[in-house]
Amino acid sequence: MNLKVNGARRQFDGDPEMPLLWYLRDEIHLTGTKYGCGQGFCGACTVHVNGSALRSCQQSMESVADKEIITIEGLSETASHPVQQAWKHANVPQCGYCQGGQIMRAAALLQKNPHPSDADIDSAMKFNICRCGTYQRIREAIKAVAAGAQAVEAKK
Amino acid sequence: MNQIEVLTRRTFLGNVFSASAFVLAARLLPEESLAASSPGSTGNAGTAAWSPSVYLGIETDGTVIIVTHRSEMGTGIRSVLPSVLADELEADWNRVKIEQAVGDAKYGNQNTDGSCSIRDFYDTMRQAGAGARMMLERAAADKWGVPVAECKAQNHQVVHSSGRKLGYGELAQDAAKLTVPKKEDLKFKSPAEYRYIGKELPTIDVTDVCAGKGIFGIDAVMPGMVHASIERSPVYGGTLKNFDDKDARAVKGVLQTVVLPPLTPPYGFKPLGGVAVIANSTWAAWKGREKLKVQWEGGENAGYDSAKYKQQLLETVRKPQKAARNIGDVDAEFARGGKTHEAEYYVPHLSHAPMEPPAAVADFKDGKVVIYAATQNPQAVQDTVAAALGIDKKNVECHVTLLGGGFGRKSKPDYVAEAALLSKQVGKPVKVTWSREEDIRFDYYHSVAAMYLKAALDDKGKPTAWLQRCAFPSIGAMFNPANTTGQPFELGMGWSNLPFDIPNHRAENGPAKAHVRIGWLRSVSNIYHAFAVHSFADELAALANRDRVEYLLDLLGPSRKVDLGERGPMADKFPLDTGRLRRVIELAAEKSGWARKPPVKGRALGIAAHWSFYSYVAAVVEVEVDDAGKVRIPRVDIAADVGTIINPDRVKSQFEGASVFGASIALMGEITAANGAIVQSNFDDYPVARMQEAPILTNVHLVPSTEPPAGVGEPGVPPMIPAICNAIFAATGKRIRDLPIRHHKLNA
Ligand code: FES
Ligand code: FES
Repeated sequence: MNLKVNGARRQFDGDPEMPLLWYLRDEIHLTGTKYGCGQGFCGACTVHVNGSALRSCQQSMESVADKEIITIEGLSETASHPVQQAWKHANVPQCGYCQGGQIMRAAALLQKNPHPSDADIDSAMKFNICRCGTYQRIREAIKAVAAGAQAVEAKK
Repeated sequence: MNQIEVLTRRTFLGNVFSASAFVLAARLLPEESLAASSPGSTGNAGTAAWSPSVYLGIETDGTVIIVTHRSEMGTGIRSVLPSVLADELEADWNRVKIEQAVGDAKYGNQNTDGSCSIRDFYDTMRQAGAGARMMLERAAADKWGVPVAECKAQNHQVVHSSGRKLGYGELAQDAAKLTVPKKEDLKFKSPAEYRYIGKELPTIDVTDVCAGKGIFGIDAVMPGMVHASIERSPVYGGTLKNFDDKDARAVKGVLQTVVLPPLTPPYGFKPLGGVAVIANSTWAAWKGREKLKVQWEGGENAGYDSAKYKQQLLETVRKPQKAARNIGDVDAEFARGGKTHEAEYYVPHLSHAPMEPPAAVADFKDGKVVIYAATQNPQAVQDTVAAALGIDKKNVECHVTLLGGGFGRKSKPDYVAEAALLSKQVGKPVKVTWSREEDIRFDYYHSVAAMYLKAALDDKGKPTAWLQRCAFPSIGAMFNPANTTGQPFELGMGWSNLPFDIPNHRAENGPAKAHVRIGWLRSVSNIYHAFAVHSFADELAALANRDRVEYLLDLLGPSRKVDLGERGPMADKFPLDTGRLRRVIELAAEKSGWARKPPVKGRALGIAAHWSFYSYVAAVVEVEVDDAGKVRIPRVDIAADVGTIINPDRVKSQFEGASVFGASIALMGEITAANGAIVQSNFDDYPVARMQEAPILTNVHLVPSTEPPAGVGEPGVPPMIPAICNAIFAATGKRIRDLPIRHHKLNA
């Protein structure tokens, strides 16, 4: 089967039941996508599949055939994506382990809804656990991106 | 292609110094690390052109290498401690390179635990920086033939009063030939001159982490490595009866199975034993393990049932027990027959559940083992692995990766020893990655605890006598099964050091046997002790119908240093000063708007203040309880006096995190056991706070202080839990005496 990861075409002929998460981590060494629970509970493994934020531990390889995957490494080379910039600016990460997943989730949210309300933020981000407890800075960073987008729009 | 190269590039390995580097034998402080240091030992700053301290090297190109010997698990310590040294050195942070230390006794204690990194190493880092700075100044003065008083180190160079300048790199080799200044001759910068101390320097890892490039233990790779997954006895201390691995070996990618040696007491950090499946991917190893058919002999803990055990603990605290502190005569006061109040409290087992489960990779070859691990304590890795393999610990080279959270779990290196044992058996590097289910089922659990409190009250409702009893299986049992009562270090966490102004006081502790592994979890015994003590104080205030803040301040009494009967340098350096506790209570009350927000039905504030890890913390929590009994925490105000603050932003982030961690414990944290086995297994049945359940906003108010720096990582947790419960009482009239809150019906 074929798939595209961060713009590069890939071929896979292993276990079709293997979750995308382990393909990314073990086979192509994109370890920015993290394992946290393997059951869809924590969101540490969040990637974009055809533009939607999905938990890669819940996606078998056969289910992502011919799809386009973007991982945290593919969001930008140097953490320059607006969401990553906002994350750095608010000093969101503590241990940082969950943050790849959080950033991917937030980036997908803001892509679809550039000005999310608190309730919108809650309902998107509730899939992602941060055991270090960085939620308030995550919210702040998401709002900063939205405000930045607003500022750009106002300039136009 | 493989990630060791990445690790090397990211300076997890030591060999980044110039080949022409020469090493100076003389080393700066601390003397303790000096004695243990051996030239030419593994990596780090010791191979720089000039290495005036085990924590510092200066290359001839001016690069300053600072060794960070503490583990990064989210506090920022890997950046913050080196920033102290850099500051005293007058180094330019942009020319500082940070090296993660391997496990080595020459660095002093590396156990990143107990909120002690800054507390224990602030002075050492300043001394190392100041001494090297003075030697650089002296080297420049000699070169110019001028008095050293005319030379001043400034931002990576030494400047003469005439305006002449020499860079640190140019001075390194001359400085290396000078005599090291004596400790008493060191001159420190004045606080006004600080560049980094007290400033909000970003951590060195923030960009990597946001880019998904940070390397954690679970990400470490060694060439040719295989993956392992281990089936362990569901009952603690159980033994392997027999197993059938036919189906497991039939799984594609599975290479072999290996039986690990059984666990023998004292258990300590030893691996649990079991049957390992070795495979060429994590996924295949896990799938293979699921196919194993294993039978276990349960052993003496097979009957462990946490519901029954709870009753047993409660019965223990209903009877008189051994006193850990006794002041005045509690019994005589109770016998007078005045008004009294009593209550019992209970906290269940908890699991650490760091976001990254335990993971390590090890390569055993020719009697030596090289390890990459997410560990809080690489020296404990050395000891544990050396004992498991029967080799000398100097043959255990432990590299520390980033940790995806620790909370105390990762200072216990059982999982690292698993990887090392398996590598020896398999003859290849082996990576062990615990699943979340393994993490929850085979943790070192936070101790379950029961507490009983009783007070005799005067006509204003203030206690004239206060009796408290607790019982919990001790962490000490892990190291000696004979330890069936609370150890002094556990009782010293909020039990035998009650700060209240009460003439008659007795703190007791009763026996309790451990039936699962018990281990320290962020703030340790303070969790259950603070929950009981500060809930009880709130009950007394409610009985007296007095304002909680006013009552709490009355309970604390006049500002004074409490005599805890402890002597020694730590007691002298960090006395329990009720004046500082009073100040954080007043600050939290003021900032939260306490006086303007009297409780109304369904919405109220609660307060608790606790001294732990030598820091003073008060939390005011605002809760909303809706008609369905659902709890929301819109706001928390934490006031903290942690002594000198190095990086205010990272201090704040620790208290923000503690607010969420405390909310998880209070609202939902619970591990139970049935038939000896842990019932929970993942975030569905062991929930932790998500965004909408966590406190929405935590304001952190730091008290400016020039006192010695105290703990930051843990002390935010203990007051949070009673503060939440006290707020719920004020909002609903429901008193929470056993956790977690989710088991209580809070609507009318
Ligand atoms: S690892 Fe996929 S949701 Fe937790
Ligand atoms: S930053 Fe550590 S789990 Fe989120």
